[in-house]
Amino acid sequence: MEILLAIIIGILFSCALYLMLRRSLIKVVIGLALLSQAANLLIFTAAGLHRGDPPLIPEDAVAPIGAHADPLPQALVLTAIVIGFGVLAFTLVLFQRAYMIIGTDDLDQMRSTDTESTDLKTLPQQEIHEH
Amino acid sequence: MNSLFLQTGARAIKPLMLLFSVYLLLSGHNHPGGGFAGGLVAAAGFCLHALAVDVHAARKTLKLQPSALIGLGLLFALISGIFALFAGLPLMSGLWFTLHLPIFEEVKVGTPLIFDIGVYLVVIGITLMIIMNLMED
Amino acid sequence: MLYTILAPFLLAVLAPLLHHRLKDLSGWLFALVPLGVFLYYLSQVPQIAAGEPVYQSYAWVESLGISLSFYLDGLSLLFALLISGIGALIVVYTGAYLGQDVNVHRFYLALLAFMGSMLGVVLSGNLITLFIFWELTSITSYLLIGYDHHKQEARTAALQALLVTGGGGLALLAGLILMGHATGTYDIPTILQSGDMLREHALYLPILLLLLAGAFTKSAQFPFHFWLPNAMAAPTPASAYLHSSTMVKAGIYLLARMQPVMGDTPPWFYLVAIGGSLTLVVSAYLAMRQVILKKLLAYTTVGALGLITTCLGIGTDYALKAAMTFLLVHALYKATLFMVAGGISHSTHLYDTEKLGGLGRIMPFTALGAGLAGLSMAGIPPFLGFIGKESVYEAGLASPGAMLWLTLTLLLAAVVNLFVGLLIAWKPFWTTLDAPLSEAHEGNVGLWLGPVLLGSLGLILGFIPGTTALYIVGPAVAATAGEAIPVSLSHWHGFNLALLLSVITVALGILAYRFRHPLRRLLEAPGRLDPAGPERGYHRLVEGMLWVSKKQTCLLQNGYLRVYIFTVISFLVALPIYTLVAGGGVPIPPEWPSFKLYELGIAFLIAGAAIGAACTNSRLTAVVCLGAVGYGVSLVYIFYGAPDLAMTQFVIETLTVLIFVLVLYRLPRFTHFTSEFVKYRDMLLAGGAGVFVTILTIAALKVEIAPTISTYFAEQSVPMAHGRNIVNVILVDFRSLDTMGELLVLAIAALGAYGLLRLNKDEKKDKV
Repeated sequence: MEILLAIIIGILFSCALYLMLRRSLIKVVIGLALLSQAANLLIFTAAGLHRGDPPLIPEDAVAPIGAHADPLPQALVLTAIVIGFGVLAFTLVLFQRAYMIIGTDDLDQMRSTDTESTDLKTLPQQEIHEH
Repeated sequence: MNSLFLQTGARAIKPLMLLFSVYLLLSGHNHPGGGFAGGLVAAAGFCLHALAVDVHAARKTLKLQPSALIGLGLLFALISGIFALFAGLPLMSGLWFTLHLPIFEEVKVGTPLIFDIGVYLVVIGITLMIIMNLMED
Repeated sequence: MLYTILAPFLLAVLAPLLHHRLKDLSGWLFALVPLGVFLYYLSQVPQIAAGEPVYQSYAWVESLGISLSFYLDGLSLLFALLISGIGALIVVYTGAYLGQDVNVHRFYLALLAFMGSMLGVVLSGNLITLFIFWELTSITSYLLIGYDHHKQEARTAALQALLVTGGGGLALLAGLILMGHATGTYDIPTILQSGDMLREHALYLPILLLLLAGAFTKSAQFPFHFWLPNAMAAPTPASAYLHSSTMVKAGIYLLARMQPVMGDTPPWFYLVAIGGSLTLVVSAYLAMRQVILKKLLAYTTVGALGLITTCLGIGTDYALKAAMTFLLVHALYKATLFMVAGGISHSTHLYDTEKLGGLGRIMPFTALGAGLAGLSMAGIPPFLGFIGKESVYEAGLASPGAMLWLTLTLLLAAVVNLFVGLLIAWKPFWTTLDAPLSEAHEGNVGLWLGPVLLGSLGLILGFIPGTTALYIVGPAVAATAGEAIPVSLSHWHGFNLALLLSVITVALGILAYRFRHPLRRLLEAPGRLDPAGPERGYHRLVEGMLWVSKKQTCLLQNGYLRVYIFTVISFLVALPIYTLVAGGGVPIPPEWPSFKLYELGIAFLIAGAAIGAACTNSRLTAVVCLGAVGYGVSLVYIFYGAPDLAMTQFVIETLTVLIFVLVLYRLPRFTHFTSEFVKYRDMLLAGGAGVFVTILTIAALKVEIAPTISTYFAEQSVPMAHGRNIVNVILVDFRSLDTMGELLVLAIAALGAYGLLRLNKDEKKDKV
């Protein structure tokens, strides 16, 4: 199964990176979401897989009995999942906001914060000044 | 979404989800679960309510603002770590007490539980802060 | 000693505040601090002269072997006396010269900070602290040269001085670290004992070259001499202090300090002596052509530094005596003449020596100071300058091997000194002009006190050569030579070659002054070569660096996000693959393992959904596929013993899809921006990255992991943390501080998103 998972991780990375190389903003975000899945799975797999028993200690024991899954990568991945969610949500909101101001989701038109870009002239604040 | 079926379902499921989230939180130290999972389940319950009925209705049942939940959660997490300082231990060391309660016999209570409650509250807070604002937008 | 260094720094910080209270008095009162420092070091003179250096140490960065230690021997003492003594007079002079300027408080700040730094340089008992103070002098010098920051010329000169001395400083740091490596210590007194070892060391030549790069840039030696004349853009008090008598002598100090351990070798002799004498010749040529007061002084300063460097390079007992004596002489007369030049310009607003004349009666006190200093500079008995010049000649005549050209160079230097002395101390005061300077007037006491005192000191010390030798020059020579050497200074050595040379000097100097106009025309002839000087190299270098940085910014920071990603992925794939191949080839997977049917099913679900998300043209399909990937991954977690992960992943995935849907219907449909070619290229790269990650995962699986911390966590979970879910115990107990940090990250992300959304709403309200 490790080999199978390694291949899946490879496919996930490929798809994520391909999406991140697009010019369309929304595709980049979907790529980012896939990338965090791939990274989590990579950490989980690389630390060694163990079918079945979770890292729980039975009621009558002091230490886990027999073979069990490694708890440390699980703890790492658990926080990574939640953090990934928080960051993804922030990115989505940021991109949505950028789209509403600039009016396009073409990354090539968001090259710089201080260019002569005509799009920036449509900013609401400036409209107020012109009135 | 004005489906009566969904509304009724959501009203019934939401308390169950909240109950389940509290169970996950409290049993998390010994069984699968914990603050992260519990908080997410609770947040999902509120989201379901907001989706099925109305955001404002869901917000009303929340009692506290999401931002207040985040603040409260961080405070809990911080306080749980500070107790150890008074015991002369490094910051964030876990302290444990054994309570003798009539029904449960012996229950162990420790500062890590307070920390986990903090995690629970923060996770609910951030999820709802983002999703509810998006819905109201 | 620590307090003598801290005091100027402390005063520097307080100076701007105090100045607003004290106004015109500030120059006089601020001078009390350097005066106190001066008196302290004066009180140390008998002990040092008795051959007992002082060493004080405070622990600082113990782990790196760096201590805040101070070392006071004859050499440090000579410098400390010059820095504090001249410093006190300069502060008074500043009050008179710049007192009306609105920004003078800044000048005090930089000047006093410089004083502390310079004291630090000469008193440091540790190579690293020496370097830190060394760099501080460069920075304060930058601030002082650029004081008139509204002038382009001042800014350029300040930057040039900073870049040249700073570049040298970097070389110096490398040299000092190598030296510390070679000797095994950064402690200067210890290093002074390990001269034989250092001279034999394999790193001797690199260390020497790096140290010389530092010293030559700081002391404006050829080919780095050009920054010093440009630095005359600084206000006169700074020029008189930093760029004649103290900071530029830091390089000299370094050479003298290292003389006992690095000197007396052929590379030292050739590099230092030839570097110094080349500087002498070049500066002599440039000085003869100058008419501007301060520039004249600047070129002779470069020449004097070259002269001292030459003497240190020769390194014989005579030469060291000459170096130390001349160092003292030069500091006294050069600071004086700078102050005189400043006084003249302050009063007449003229800078050209040829336009000045007849000031002797109008400015009697300034003329007195100028006369005293000029005579010392010209080397006329009984001034200390005469003794200095005589000892320099003796050193040249007694130098092994290269007697003739060294003596001729030194002669040239002395002639130029006499010439410039006449031009500055005689010409403006005692010649008559066709049209008298009507505006001229004597400045207030602050302007002429310094020149008169310092000038007289040159005369007084000249009257008591024995005492000077015993208490001041002797200990300094002993420190430079590394052993006590009997030093006697006197005016009369009998009729010898040195005396003859002195007579020739005077004759040639007066002749040069008399016929200066034809001489200048003669020297102007090769002036066309000027643009090809080393300064041009400096400009080329700066322009080149700006060009490169501009180009690479355009290349690397072009604003296209996908170009960045493309570059990052390319390297991510290329470099580890190279390592893998070079380090034993691609790992061969173990025998094809068996897997259960449901596992194959999950694999197809995840892979299919991922490819679907990448290829679809529908936003909704992409999101659904994303969700499917997430649920597939959570199934993997379930089957491989991670129920916590599965649960979290499952709920998160649901919420992610929810957010995507909420945002998506406000965003446009998928649009095609790129050509087919770019698509295939990206696919190829992404596919390559995927293959690489697969190989990496397999390679990682083959690594035998040593017993990790997780075993400890598993064993201690119940006894220490009373928890049976080890994952949860790690999160809330063992590593709870990490989790705390993660909670903060989440809170910040949420607040950021919240802020963005609120911004939207408020704007809408505005529009309505």
